[in-house]
Amino acid sequence: MSLYYFCFASGFARKQVLGYLVFFVLFGVQINLIFASPGEQDLARGEYLTRVGNCLGCHTAKGGIPFAGGRRLSTTFGTFVTPNITPDKETGIGHWTEEDFWLAMHEGKSRDGRMLYPAFPYTEFTKIIRADVRLIFEYLQSIAVVSQVNPAHEIPFPYNSKPLLFGWRKLFFKQGVYEADPTQSEEWNRGAYLVQGLGHCDACHTARNEVGAKKDAAVGGGQMMGANWYAPSLYSRKEASVSDWSLEAIIELLSSGVSKHASVSGPMATVVQQSLQYWSPQDIRAMAVYLKSLPDKTAQENIRYPEMSESAKRYLTQGEKIYEKHCQDCHGEVGQGVPGIYPALANNRSVTLPGPLNLIRAVLNGGYPPTTHLNPQPYGMPPFQQLLRDEEIAQVISYIRNAWGNRAGLVTIVDVDQGRGGNH
Amino acid sequence: MKLFILIILFFFALNVIAEGSSRSAVPDTMAERVRACTICHQDGDHNQERSTYYPRIAGKLEGYLFNQLRHFRDGRRYHQPMALLLENMSDDYLQAIAHYFSQLNIPYPSPESIDLKSNEIQLVEKLIRLGDPQRNIPACRACHGDALMGNTPYIPGLLGLPSAYLTAQLSGWRSGSLIRGQVTNCMSEIAKQLSYDEIIAISRWLATQTVEGEAQKVLSPDLIKRCQSILLEGVAKE
Repeated sequence: MSLYYFCFASGFARKQVLGYLVFFVLFGVQINLIFASPGEQDLARGEYLTRVGNCLGCHTAKGGIPFAGGRRLSTTFGTFVTPNITPDKETGIGHWTEEDFWLAMHEGKSRDGRMLYPAFPYTEFTKIIRADVRLIFEYLQSIAVVSQVNPAHEIPFPYNSKPLLFGWRKLFFKQGVYEADPTQSEEWNRGAYLVQGLGHCDACHTARNEVGAKKDAAVGGGQMMGANWYAPSLYSRKEASVSDWSLEAIIELLSSGVSKHASVSGPMATVVQQSLQYWSPQDIRAMAVYLKSLPDKTAQENIRYPEMSESAKRYLTQGEKIYEKHCQDCHGEVGQGVPGIYPALANNRSVTLPGPLNLIRAVLNGGYPPTTHLNPQPYGMPPFQQLLRDEEIAQVISYIRNAWGNRAGLVTIVDVDQGRGGNH
Repeated sequence: MKLFILIILFFFALNVIAEGSSRSAVPDTMAERVRACTICHQDGDHNQERSTYYPRIAGKLEGYLFNQLRHFRDGRRYHQPMALLLENMSDDYLQAIAHYFSQLNIPYPSPESIDLKSNEIQLVEKLIRLGDPQRNIPACRACHGDALMGNTPYIPGLLGLPSAYLTAQLSGWRSGSLIRGQVTNCMSEIAKQLSYDEIIAISRWLATQTVEGEAQKVLSPDLIKRCQSILLEGVAKE
C-alpha cells in the first residue's frame, strides 16, 4: 500500500513537473515573441523569404560558401556565373542600398543601371511586393561577409549585345507586383503570389521560344534552361497537373519529396531539399491550393497509336526480359511499385511523358529523392548506365512505356545518348 | 470436426496472407536503402566475385567514407555517377551510410593474380617500407598503417582493392584530375613524385596482397603536419 502511494505521489509530482515545464517552455516562447526586437523578427522573416525564393540555390557554387555565388549556369545562350550576394563591399552587394536591390528584383537592373540577363528570374521576382523585397535585402545584408571574386559570364555574340537585351525586355518582360484576384480566396492569392513571384516556379515549368522567352501560359512545361531535364507542365493532367490530387498529397510531395504516387527528381529534388521543405505549413498549403486550381489547358484528345509491328513487339520483349532481371524486384511484377518508397511505373505520368528525357535520366543516373525533415533517409535507384548498354536501356524504357496499360513512343539508342550530360 | 478443419484452414489462410504481405513489404533497413550503391560496390550476396574496377567499401573507415561521399556530392572529388547519385543528400544521411558500410564485415575475395617482376617487387616494397626521402616520398605504411589497412579516422586502407581502381586513383592524384578545385593535398604532392611505371607497379603489388590486420590509430607528428589537408577535412563539416 505504501509503495502504491509512493508511486502515485511521485507520478503526480512528475506530472506537475511536466506541467510546469510545458508552461515555462510555452511562456518562454511567448516571451521570445513579445520581446524579440522588431529587427530580429524582420531578420527571421527575411531569412524565411530568402529560403522560399531559394536564393542560395543559384548563388552558391557546388560545394561552395552559401550566397557567395560562382555557380555556372550553362544555357543555349552561353554560360552565366552567379554573383556574390553576401554583404562584402568589394565583391558582394555590401555597398548596395535597398533601392538598388529593389531595382534589381523589380526592374531587372543592376546598381549601375545595366540591364540584367533574365537568367536572374526578375521576370518572376518583379511580382514580389516591396515590403518582402526589403526584408530579403535586410537579411542578405546581415549574413557573413565573404570576399569572393567570381569569373565573368561567358556570353557569345549576339546574345551579349545590349540592344538585343533591350528588345527582349520590351517584348517579354512585364514589370509589376502581383495583383490579387478578388474573386479568389486569400489562401489562393497567397499561393499564386508564391508560385508566380518569389517561388519563381515558371522559371523552369515553362516552354521557352528561340530567344528564351516564355512561350505560352505560365507553368506550361518545357525543356529546362541550363539543365538536361524537362520541367513538366503544371497545367496538363498528362504531365504534372495536380488538379485531381488531394491537397494532402500535394503538400506531402512538395514538403517531403515523396508521396504515395510520386517522388521528385532532378532539379525539382534540389528545390525541395533547399527550399520547399522549409516552407511554413500555411504557405505550402496556399501553394497547393493554387496549383490544384490550375485548369487543364491541354487538348484532351487521345493520341491514337497504330497497331504495333512485329519488330516493335520483339523489341519490347527484349525490354521485358531486362525489366524482370533488373527492375521488377523493386518496381513490382506489374509496375505497381511500393508507395512512398519505390515509385509505381504503371500509370505514372513521368514514364509516359511524350519526351522520354526524364525517364532516361532516371535509368542512366539513378538517384535518391531529396533528404528532408519528413523523409531523412530515402530509398534510392541505382545508376544503370554502370550496368546496362544503351541498347538495353532503350529496350527496357520502351517496355516500361508500353506495359501495364501505359502507352507512349518507343525509345532509341540516340534518345538514350541525348539523355547524358547536364549537372543534375 | 468441420469446425476444427475450418479453424485449421483459417490458420493456413492467415499464414499465406502474412507471407504475401511480408514479401511485398520493403525492409526498413540501411541494407535496402543502399541498394543503389551495392549494384556496383557489390557488398551484398555477390561479394565473392571480384570487381574489376569498383572499389570495395565494406569495412573501410567511417571517417574516410564520409569524407569521400561529401567530396563526390560537393565536387571536390570527381566521378559523375557518384555526383549525380548523391545530389540532394544531407550530411546526416551520408554519415549514416558511411557508418553502415564501415561496419560491414564480409570476407575479402582472394587477391588478384598478377605476375610482377622481381625488380618491381623490390621497388614497391622499398616505397612501402621506407619511401624515398630524396624525392620527399614518405613510406606508404607510415600513413596508411603497418598493415596498409588505413589509419583512423580519415586515411584509407590500400588492400582488397582492384588494381585498375588503384592505378586510376594514383594517376588521378598525379595529374590532378581526381580532385578538382584548388585544395592542396598531401597525396597529390606525393603522387606527383611517382612515375606512371611506379604507379602501375604499386597498384599491382597492392592488389596481389592478402588482406590481414587492422587499421592503425597513430600518426607521427611530422606526418600529422604534412597530412593536415586530409586531417582537417573532418573539421570542415558545416
